[in-house]
Amino acid sequence: MKKIFSRPKSLKTTPFHYCPGCGHSIIHRLIGEVIDEMNLQEKIIGVPPAGCAVLAYNYFDIDMGEASHGRAAAVATGLKRAVPDRVVFTYQGDGDMAAIGTAESIHAAARGENITTIFVNNGVYGMTGGQMAPTTILGQNTTTSPRGRKEKVEGFPINLSEMLAIAPGSSYIERTAVNTPANILKTKKAIAKAFRLQIQGYGFTLVEVLSACPTNWKMDPLKASKWIDEVMASHFPLGVLKDTPGDKKDAH
Amino acid sequence: MRGNHVVGEAAIRAGCRYYFGYPITPQNEIPEYMSEKLPEAEGGVFIQAESEIASIHMVIGASMAGGRVMTSSSGPGISLKQEGISFLCALELPAVIVNMSRGGPGLGNIAPSQSDYFQATRGGGHGDYRTIVFGPNSCQELADLTYEGFNLADKYRTPVLILGDGMLGQMMEPVELPQEIPLKKLPAKDWALTGAKGRPSRFIRSLILDPIKEEEHNWKLMRKYEKIIREEVKWETYFADDAKMMVIAFGIAARIAKGAIKRLREEGVKVGLLRPITLWPFPFKAIKDFSKKVKHFFVFEMNMGQMVEDVKLGIEGNAEVHFYGRPGGVILTPLEIARVISSQYYQKRLG
Repeated sequence: MKKIFSRPKSLKTTPFHYCPGCGHSIIHRLIGEVIDEMNLQEKIIGVPPAGCAVLAYNYFDIDMGEASHGRAAAVATGLKRAVPDRVVFTYQGDGDMAAIGTAESIHAAARGENITTIFVNNGVYGMTGGQMAPTTILGQNTTTSPRGRKEKVEGFPINLSEMLAIAPGSSYIERTAVNTPANILKTKKAIAKAFRLQIQGYGFTLVEVLSACPTNWKMDPLKASKWIDEVMASHFPLGVLKDTPGDKKDAH
Repeated sequence: MRGNHVVGEAAIRAGCRYYFGYPITPQNEIPEYMSEKLPEAEGGVFIQAESEIASIHMVIGASMAGGRVMTSSSGPGISLKQEGISFLCALELPAVIVNMSRGGPGLGNIAPSQSDYFQATRGGGHGDYRTIVFGPNSCQELADLTYEGFNLADKYRTPVLILGDGMLGQMMEPVELPQEIPLKKLPAKDWALTGAKGRPSRFIRSLILDPIKEEEHNWKLMRKYEKIIREEVKWETYFADDAKMMVIAFGIAARIAKGAIKRLREEGVKVGLLRPITLWPFPFKAIKDFSKKVKHFFVFEMNMGQMVEDVKLGIEGNAEVHFYGRPGGVILTPLEIARVISSQYYQKRLG
């Protein structure tokens, strides 16, 4: 019998600890598939963040080095500059990337560091119990914006990917989601493209993935998936934000 | 050569190929020197980072990849690096961190001060950890200890701090530089992240959720620190054999004290000097041994009194300790400190 579907070999056999309906497990799998398909297992180094994905090194069967909260882009810069022929990626959440690590993220993009960032945006601090994130949208309830985020009180959410797209050093930035089969396939293509552009030396690449956190959103997974399309994506529009190399065959 | 340039050159000769920093006076000649020299060295990388925090985490990244790496700063910048220093210790990564300290607290000033002794030897970062700390007192020692710092950092997989000050960084002295070590001769690092080619994948992390395992990790670090305490303590003495009063001072203060002691000896005043070269591990035993025969200690620091606490720990109540400090970046002349020592000497009726 022919085997047509299996665990990517760049993922370990450890079961994921993620909640039902969480996007992390899908995104991990997509990265694993891309690593396998591009034959990168022996030349890729990952930098996991603080947050729910902090244990990513238990799941990926590749070299990984932990970063403290927000500093992944700086750690990845040091790694990539020391071993420039390897592929280096960071895996960061919205609090990590767009709040505490804003300076590191912006300057890695500005310098055109030849690294890839997988930016998982679920609009809350997941691991600490669902507090307000820099990407929490107006009106959204969290444990630290219990009356709903208001622009006069908590201020506006931040669209970091759009900001990074302005930087001349960034080459490719796309926002995708993992809430439908079609979006999952687009996400995989975007990750593959980002890694390929890094190998070709185009500079900073980023894939922002809108990802559900049903536990902290207090929704069932199905409703959470719909909420991404109906509410979240209107604040964080899906699509290519920047594509300097402009490789048409990858365009969605 | 100027002290700050000496640090840069000694680092490159020790095989340092990665430097990440951020401008702050009085250490700017280090990043300037590295930006000039590193791109000429094979594989050399210099980045002026967006902050001290970013630069210390770039250090972490390059160290993870197995490189010899350095950053430098001064007091306020070292405060910002403390997060990364705690991580370097937890992740067991080698690195050399230079503090050309200045007057503080806060922005303070850019004059030489020794007020970062606590920060260097206690660590301003979180968690149970120690860092090797050198307190050089000359440009020659800056060269030797920077060079040795890279070897010790690799040997113990731990960060090494060099605590200088604005005066040491700016002064110029003739220096005999160490031999350049070829990169191929550096010890292999079987833990580095280089891509899992032909070997099982590796990860470097500090998160250990199980308290029993975190305790094990802490004990492992502790055993390492105990080995460093046994094997790496360094100090020197000056006119110590027949001293009735021992001066304890480190770094540039010890250099000034030496001048004072030389002057006092000419007058027949029997004072000697013990100068800790490693501030951690601190020469507790040497001080304890002296306290069995010398009953009067005079601690001189360019701060409000920090190392004096370690001196008292070493003496264990066996002798009297007098502290004299000048914080704020004030530099005493040997004559001035000689007067203070001599007044204390005669008050205690030692001569």
